[in-house]
Amino acid sequence: MNRVLVAEDLYLLRDGLVHLLQAHGFEVVAAVESGPELLKGLLELRPDVSIVDVRLPPTFTDEGLQASLEARRRVPGLPILVLSQHVEQLYARELLADGSGGVGYLLKDRVFNAEQFVDAVRRVAAGGTAMDPEVISKLLAGNARDEPLAALTPREREVLEQMAEGRSNAAISQRLYLSESSVAKHTAGIFTKLGLVPSDDDNRRVLAVLAYLHNHQSR
Amino acid sequence: MYGSMTVAHTGGMLRKFGHVLVLSALLVAELLTLASTFLCLILTFGLGMVFLFPPQVRMIRRVTGRTRRLVADSAGVRIDPPYLPEPPPPQPQADGLYRSHRTLYKTPRIPAWNDRWRWMVTDPATWRDALWLLLDPPVKVMLLPLLVLLPGRGLRVYALWCELLLAATTSSRMAGRLERLNRARNFAVDTQAAEMRRIERDLHDGTQARLVALGMTIGAAERLMDSDPRAAKALMAKAKEASAETLTELRRVIRGVYPPVLAERGLGDAVRALALDIPLRVSVEVDLPHRPEAPVEAAAYFAVSELLANAARHGGAESVQVDISGNGPNLRVTVTDDGWGGADPAKGSGLAGIERRLAAFDGVLAIDSPPGGPTTACIELPRVLPQHWAGDISELPRWKAAVLVFLWTTSWCPLFPQGIVAGVFKATGPENKSWFLALYLPEPWQWPFIAFMILLGTAMYVAAAVLPSVYNRENRLRRTEPRSVSCLR
Repeated sequence: MNRVLVAEDLYLLRDGLVHLLQAHGFEVVAAVESGPELLKGLLELRPDVSIVDVRLPPTFTDEGLQASLEARRRVPGLPILVLSQHVEQLYARELLADGSGGVGYLLKDRVFNAEQFVDAVRRVAAGGTAMDPEVISKLLAGNARDEPLAALTPREREVLEQMAEGRSNAAISQRLYLSESSVAKHTAGIFTKLGLVPSDDDNRRVLAVLAYLHNHQSR
Repeated sequence: MYGSMTVAHTGGMLRKFGHVLVLSALLVAELLTLASTFLCLILTFGLGMVFLFPPQVRMIRRVTGRTRRLVADSAGVRIDPPYLPEPPPPQPQADGLYRSHRTLYKTPRIPAWNDRWRWMVTDPATWRDALWLLLDPPVKVMLLPLLVLLPGRGLRVYALWCELLLAATTSSRMAGRLERLNRARNFAVDTQAAEMRRIERDLHDGTQARLVALGMTIGAAERLMDSDPRAAKALMAKAKEASAETLTELRRVIRGVYPPVLAERGLGDAVRALALDIPLRVSVEVDLPHRPEAPVEAAAYFAVSELLANAARHGGAESVQVDISGNGPNLRVTVTDDGWGGADPAKGSGLAGIERRLAAFDGVLAIDSPPGGPTTACIELPRVLPQHWAGDISELPRWKAAVLVFLWTTSWCPLFPQGIVAGVFKATGPENKSWFLALYLPEPWQWPFIAFMILLGTAMYVAAAVLPSVYNRENRLRRTEPRSVSCLR
């Protein structure tokens, strides 16, 4: 059973999230509505995964994000899934900067699709990543001039996008209607073309891809 | 070396003599203008031929304007024209008539004439010009020997004389400033209204329409729920998709109104986030210890956003450098790209838009974009950063500060021991002379000396108090003048 903390200031959304998670077999250990409460909850309860809104009282700025980053500084790898009304590459970078995984960053709209959302929560709880497709498409757009990326085939590019969002080979094969072995072939191709060291571990692989995309953009 | 210096020297001398010659030639023009002014004043105010007045004033202004330019060229003394801003053309009322005082006119001619007449007659600069015209010929004649013998010095003295009557007065400078403020305010109001209109249109045509469609889809699904659950389910899926699209649309509108990162993180990170989203290599340097006010941040953000978009669209740039820093109380943003250059604010509506947005804060945009690049755009927003970190203290120049310190530390000496206390001793009469200078003087000089010391001490205190406040007042006036900004660092 996964213990979850929910931080969201709008009552309706908080309540909806709690119901949704409970319906999928999570145990909601706390539902908080402000930044200080969130930080306290994260550090004291150490939930298996937390779902955090970026903008929280009292300042209504990026209180939730700051509390999450602070908690992860103190407890490395504490799994947190950040929800926001808008996604920014800047925030995604900050969340991924420590390279320890267990991080998600999704638009609030993704909650509409309950299965995918719960899947993302589970992934983050297991130490994986869940990045919003919008962040990934922005990242890839920012890397438009990158030579190795341009060398990818359209199929490999699709697989790369799915992988960057945080999916495992099995999940990718389901979504793209490919056999798992051909996905494995594509990922191997991607890793060779980008010059990355292949890894069997799904999470580490995703982090390597994200790190590649980030580092290359600022070059 | 010596030879070239002599040549330069002679060249300078020749130029100065040239200026003196022009001055003398102007004397003739002045005398003619003076004569016609006399005639005109008699005709205007004696015989009511008022139509002669404006051309006459314009004639005088041409002469004084010429003199101002000459003084600036010859002695390097810049004299700003002191005239009040010209009245705007009369605007028709709702019924199409033009109003001037209590009379309505069909055409704008007479109201415009009235406005012009009032503008010229009430402007003190008109009469100062006339006074200058009257006094300048004798002054010039008196200075003529000096001008011929020592042209450099003579021209400087002449410049001082001209400055006395031809320079801008405080009230005319204020009037000019008021005019600029009015213009900036009108711009700001217009921009604001246009923004509101745009947001309204976006919400009306986009979000609102989508929500209506969404409601209809859900309604249809509700009707079908019992009879055709499969179709209803398909409709609900469509509704879900539509609501996601609506959210995307709404996000775009919000971003245009006030970008969420700007609200959450401030200017620096908002520009960084912006930099990540455009397909250029952008490096962002931010050196701001505190966040400026929200409107200032928004103005700077949208300006940078427009400049980056320009660099990406037209400039052919590969990399861009954004530098945001505080320059005293001024906010300064520099955007440099390695594109083709040739950007011209007069041509691009985007750049004009930035200028209008910045005008509300007295901000200026300077673009240095030689053909072939690189392009550097500087934005400076004066006095927008919180004062407590502006470092205003060092404003007094060093020598004035030294005088101030000297006055404060020494003025007690003449006032108290040598003045008041010596007076008390003298009046009460102890024989002890101690170190009171006054008591060592011969008897008749003692009281005057004591009085002088008291006066001196008081004067020093007053001077110490007045010096900074006068300086501050001058400075304040100077600081409210608009500044120009250059991209050179």
